[in-house]
Amino acid sequence: MVLILYVHYHCQSIKVIWLNLIVMREKIIHNPLADLLICACSSIWDDDSEVLASGIGLIQRLAASLAMMKNPNLMMTDSEAYIVSEPVPVGRRNGYEPRRETWMGFSRIFDNVWSGNRHALVGPSQIDRFGQANISAIGDYEQPKVQMLGMRGFPGNSISHANSFFVPVHSRRVFVEGEVDTVCSIGYNPARLPKGYWLDDIDIRRIITDLCVMDFEPNHKRMRILSLHPGVSADEVQDNTGFDLIRPDGLGQTAEPTPQELATISALDPNNLRINAVKTR
Amino acid sequence: MSKLISHLQAINNIESGMTIGIGGWGPRRKPMALIRELLRSEVRDLTVVSFGGADVGMLCAAGKVKKLVFAFVSLDFIPLEPYFRQARQKAEIDVMEVDEGLMILGLRAAAMGAPFIPTEVGLGTDVIRRNKDIKLIDSPYDDSKEWVAMPALNLDVSLLHVDRADQRGVCQIKGPDHYMDDLFARAAKKTLVSCDELVDTNFFHKNSEEARYVFWERSVTSHVVHSPFGAHPSSCNPLYGIDVRVFREYAASAKRKDGWNQYFKDYISVKESVYLEKVGGADFIRTLPLPIY
Repeated sequence: MVLILYVHYHCQSIKVIWLNLIVMREKIIHNPLADLLICACSSIWDDDSEVLASGIGLIQRLAASLAMMKNPNLMMTDSEAYIVSEPVPVGRRNGYEPRRETWMGFSRIFDNVWSGNRHALVGPSQIDRFGQANISAIGDYEQPKVQMLGMRGFPGNSISHANSFFVPVHSRRVFVEGEVDTVCSIGYNPARLPKGYWLDDIDIRRIITDLCVMDFEPNHKRMRILSLHPGVSADEVQDNTGFDLIRPDGLGQTAEPTPQELATISALDPNNLRINAVKTR
Repeated sequence: MSKLISHLQAINNIESGMTIGIGGWGPRRKPMALIRELLRSEVRDLTVVSFGGADVGMLCAAGKVKKLVFAFVSLDFIPLEPYFRQARQKAEIDVMEVDEGLMILGLRAAAMGAPFIPTEVGLGTDVIRRNKDIKLIDSPYDDSKEWVAMPALNLDVSLLHVDRADQRGVCQIKGPDHYMDDLFARAAKKTLVSCDELVDTNFFHKNSEEARYVFWERSVTSHVVHSPFGAHPSSCNPLYGIDVRVFREYAASAKRKDGWNQYFKDYISVKESVYLEKVGGADFIRTLPLPIY
């Protein structure tokens, strides 16, 4: 860059070159969709008190980090073995030392899960109209077409504490028509409700996708659109969903990030990892 | 009384058809040197219980697994374990897929000598639909709910890797997380532990901090194998990090026809000392950076 500037120094066009570089920089460091999604995801923790905010995945973790900056009651981990007093920036640390306050190895994570003091934001591969989710296997269970990670902690999370979902590409492959192929987490499915339980015992808070924000309407636990991202129509959301959504009249637009939020996100992601985390379609 | 034995002597404790537990988590502090010795043996038809990484993938690739008890199999930075996927997608293994927390409860039940532990984990999911062995029970008290009776995961043998141990079986894990290794140790009839460093018992007397990182009493340790870098290519934080290059080569081998046989020939069929030289030697492994999560 210095070399280019030097070469062009006497060419009168220095101003133009400089402006081009700024535009290039802008392109490199900004992904407006990523920032919008991080902010939309972070708001799921707005009303939570002292719960562990777990964001599994880059956008989700940045969202939890932003949420904790706004709501210091929240707890987070260093994604390894400690609870920290402030969110740990993602990626290379450049000398930053996490501010550890409590040991939280994997065995203790489950004590926290079972206590209910947790709200996780996870990214399932399939979600159905009941909010049942799948990260284990696609196709026939005995011989899966695609074997993925396995259920991980989904069964325990879903019956123990609040959960929200993040979906980077809203499509019918994710929001499937029937039930998900492998039910890893319990949802609002009356046919699978355990004895002694009510649908209200299950707590799926919100679903954030690259098109919209959704939740479950409280009376009948049907998925509904809460807000549409800029430039997205309710029809587009419905077309990309394998089941009927509730589409309230006068749907608003998902809030754009504030300058303060953008500054916080930049500080939490000093290596700009988020620019490649989601693609605008 | 010395419990010190060789890799081969340790693996001679394992017979075909046994249920084995493997400590560590994904690509972290896995007893890989013991796994390599097991891969060289004639043992087969194993039931494997693991928070799985390449330990599970390699045992699947070598056709040693009859049944896998798992909640995930992953290499973290390579999310999907290639040989585990192949085994599942070709329907080569039986599975008991459970939640991570259920695995803890199953191991804990075994450690307690209890037949099961009641929990709500798994209710309403395919954990109970797909696993006919996992039963639902009514509460004997007045909560009128049903509960998952997570059965004990009784292990014949556990394989663990620790930072250091003495020859009597006092084992220390200095890394940030001992994972479920203490439960694996207690759930098994025999616990085989490999250690990066073999130390004199006096080591633990230096200050009470050293004893604080010992997570089970020595009576639980059956045998100790001195195995420097025995977790490689998985990490043994704080001693060394994950060997990304070796894991990538391992994962790439799964894409090639005959890839596993080649990997086996290069990295498994050789003596442990040759293996360590092949992957760069002791001085290099010590420099492998710790992963940032």
